[in-house]
Amino acid sequence: MIIPDGELWVEGQETLGQHLERRGVSRRRFLEFCGAVAGVLAAGPLAAGKAVAMPSAEVIAQELENLEKPVLVWLQLQECTGCMESVLRSGDTTVEELILNLVSMEYNELIMAAAGTAADEALIAANKKDHILVVNGSIPLADDGAHCVIAGRSAEAILRESAENAVAIFAVGACAHWGCVQGSRPNPTQAVGVDSIITDKPVVNIAGCPPIPEVITASLVYTLTNGAPPPVDGQGRPLFAYGDRIHDFCPKRGRFDAGQFVRTFDDEAARNGYCLYEVGCRGPNTFAPCPIIRWNLSQDWPIGAGHPCIGCTEVGFYDRFTPFYEVLPNLGVPGTGVEADATTVGLVGLAAVGVGVAAHAGVTAFNERRATKAAERVYLPLVGDVPTRERPLDSAGGAAPTSGAPPGPPSNGSSGPDASTKEGDQ
Amino acid sequence: MSERVVIDPVTRIEGHLRIEVLADGEEITDAWSQTTQFKGVELVVQNRDPRDAWAFTQRICGVCTVVHAIASVRAVEDALDYPVPKAADLIRYLVLGSQMVQDHVIHFYHLHALDFVNVANVPNADVAAAAAAAAELEPKYALNSRNRFQAVQDQVKAVLDSGQLSIFTNGYWDHPDYRLPAEVDLIAVSHYLDALEWQRDMIRINTIFGGKNPHPNFLVGGMASAINMDSEITINQVKLNTVQGLITKTIDFVENVYLPDVVAILGAYADYLDIGRSSPSFLALGKGGYSCSGEPSPPDGFKPGLILDGKLEVVDFDPDKLLEYVTSGWYRYSEDSEAGLQPWVGETIPDYTGPTPPYDWLADNDKYTWSKAPRYDGRPVQVGPLARVLSAYVQGDPETVDDVEPLLRKLNAQPEQLNSTAGRILARAVEAVQMSRELQRVFDRLVQGIQAGDVQTFNPDKWEKSTWPAESKGVGYAEVARGNLSHWVRISDGAVSNYQCVVPSTWNSSGRALGERGPYEEALVPHPLVRPEQPLEPLRTIHSFDPCQSCGIHVLDVTGQEVSWTKVQ
Repeated sequence: MIIPDGELWVEGQETLGQHLERRGVSRRRFLEFCGAVAGVLAAGPLAAGKAVAMPSAEVIAQELENLEKPVLVWLQLQECTGCMESVLRSGDTTVEELILNLVSMEYNELIMAAAGTAADEALIAANKKDHILVVNGSIPLADDGAHCVIAGRSAEAILRESAENAVAIFAVGACAHWGCVQGSRPNPTQAVGVDSIITDKPVVNIAGCPPIPEVITASLVYTLTNGAPPPVDGQGRPLFAYGDRIHDFCPKRGRFDAGQFVRTFDDEAARNGYCLYEVGCRGPNTFAPCPIIRWNLSQDWPIGAGHPCIGCTEVGFYDRFTPFYEVLPNLGVPGTGVEADATTVGLVGLAAVGVGVAAHAGVTAFNERRATKAAERVYLPLVGDVPTRERPLDSAGGAAPTSGAPPGPPSNGSSGPDASTKEGDQ
Repeated sequence: MSERVVIDPVTRIEGHLRIEVLADGEEITDAWSQTTQFKGVELVVQNRDPRDAWAFTQRICGVCTVVHAIASVRAVEDALDYPVPKAADLIRYLVLGSQMVQDHVIHFYHLHALDFVNVANVPNADVAAAAAAAAELEPKYALNSRNRFQAVQDQVKAVLDSGQLSIFTNGYWDHPDYRLPAEVDLIAVSHYLDALEWQRDMIRINTIFGGKNPHPNFLVGGMASAINMDSEITINQVKLNTVQGLITKTIDFVENVYLPDVVAILGAYADYLDIGRSSPSFLALGKGGYSCSGEPSPPDGFKPGLILDGKLEVVDFDPDKLLEYVTSGWYRYSEDSEAGLQPWVGETIPDYTGPTPPYDWLADNDKYTWSKAPRYDGRPVQVGPLARVLSAYVQGDPETVDDVEPLLRKLNAQPEQLNSTAGRILARAVEAVQMSRELQRVFDRLVQGIQAGDVQTFNPDKWEKSTWPAESKGVGYAEVARGNLSHWVRISDGAVSNYQCVVPSTWNSSGRALGERGPYEEALVPHPLVRPEQPLEPLRTIHSFDPCQSCGIHVLDVTGQEVSWTKVQ
């Protein structure tokens, strides 16, 4: 992948070849570089004993010279399109800036021009190139994937095909993160998140139902400008967006500390903008930048508009945070020393955190960069649930997780041993 | 010899839709509409707190992101006999109405226009001529400038010249049936970009009252956004001024850009007034944006009902004649899978009998879709803007007659021709204009109410479970972007014991039942298809329904049928 350096990508109007020329890199030097690249490429397959036609320096030079923008493949699997709608609302890096100037988005079902075979061919062609992969939507595993089929192929098969040559993978939204509403009890379609399927590459989880659009676009631009995805927490969520609790930056925090609470919607306290903790606010349990970035060109945000936070950036919020209007337990006596209480609860939550981290651990250096911020996570299973992160893995992978074996090899989501194992487990 | 043609994915829609057709020569001779996604949200909402149900069902769809939440709180309020304060009702309309207008505009420019507008033709436009044409067509729109068109042309040209076509990759740009002059293509692409900017601004009406969009917040018993003109943080004069500004902007764009663009583009595709004719029955319980708990009684004397079999009169709606069939869907019924069931006694027992993916062709099987097939008195029925506008027109609604007749004259069309691809597009634009005006009227009523001290936004009387009956049931109806929506809930001992949604896209995109095609299918037979590998013409017609397939999948369980799911748990 060519990483934009700020100069290369201005206006998106010159090729790499033109750019290098303008910056004084001679054609001869460029060809030498490409020859070196060809040598590196040849080493892999040759060492592995495979006979592969290797591109010549000339071919590589031609490819590179014509390469301008990173290719973006943006899948929508089992989902509601709310995440793409959110992207349409992104205020600063707008969707038009993204798709016309920053990247070449060669597949996205919501806004691409092509349909049918032409669309599917665009996907297949884009998948062959190095590309950034964004995924909206969960992957339903029941009935061999028949609950989400695109161009005749299951969501799982589509995801595996698109992940193969992806240089960075973003699971955008609660569906892609962990399954969201359809992945909640009783999870009728066995919906799982992207990182339950793609286990050999890091997956960045842009959490939320939907995520704030500027967080989605900023995650992509961060990657384009830094050459690597942003550092993440124990759930794979970028720290720049999910590093702090809503509660810690809530403008109503002063009301909370003072014990000034809304007891019923539209009571006197509500009409004075007091804290929503007692009508069910999940802000103390939720890591998200809503109070800082806010929504829709920073107009407002849920708590600001008088409704409690429902915790939509947290795994399992439909099971763990419901009933939504019941007060969070164990958060201390209103108006008195809440921080101490929250810390205590946080220690209880550490066991759950450990599980979440372990599920991610050890794949790449990327994971090692995951910050210790995760230790600050406060898990509060409201209805006695276990953290749902493990549940989809159990149901999804069949016997694999329980036997301690790693998840099975990629299948085409069609038939073969993987599918029959699932069948047998049912 | 018929040729099999598959359009999958149908892009520029919500959700996953597959269309299979048989084509003979340059004409489609048969068609199957296939929803290829199932989520089972109605099974997930079982046994939950009914006050939470809106937040679950809202996630059925993130495009029409308001509508399931509204229908849900209406249904629960019907079940609990729970009145809502007037200000909350008005605020709900402002949220739903603004989202619907936005939805219609996004549908036209971002999901539909590329079926008619050739992006690859934009570099051929004479910018000065485009500016002159736009000034004549849309004299009140400030962004129709030569400079703006030049910038857009340059931007499109840069993308095309780069060889990396981004979202325009593999478009059918050499298809012979793109007809617009390059100047109109340029104007339309420019407005495509303007509309992106417009929608992210005007949707702040949702944010002010619901905290965010997509998926704004709702509340059983009212709305959570308290009104206090003397507080910095609640609904106050600052926020009301913002809403007023956004409504003005909304009306401006819809009246001065969207509707004129639709008429101009349809002028070049007027034969689509005779293409895409579909099932001749229509259901509308109110104008766009109307919602209610229990029995519909829309304002202004609008008669809720149906147009049946193309006869231009409105007959009463009888919910008992609404039955859902599963003869083409991957479901079964516990008693008789051939029979239709009324929503109160409906069942959802998913029963996938199709081929294991990957597959090439589904239509050889009787069952080929995740959509059920709702029928009214045995008939397939169209719902949506066309059903509502046609119903209002047939009833002689003065505003609608005034809005529709000049357009019919301009396009030299008869009212009967509105049952067509072009008619559905036109009706959607007319409805957007009407709803943007209604936003202003409703906002005025809200402000007048606040001035009179009418600031209550939530009714606490039935909030506590202790006030609820042990058993209750309720229905909420809403006339939303894609048509008539209803949620049906049963509540037992404070929890949802049964939940069902009858959804616009189920009405429209359903497969066969009682030997008749569903409305999408009917609209495609017969239908032109010049190049099977570039199915541009059928896409125009399918898109005219504004498909929303996540909504077209559903439904409930009444009698413990989750049992069928134990095999996957």
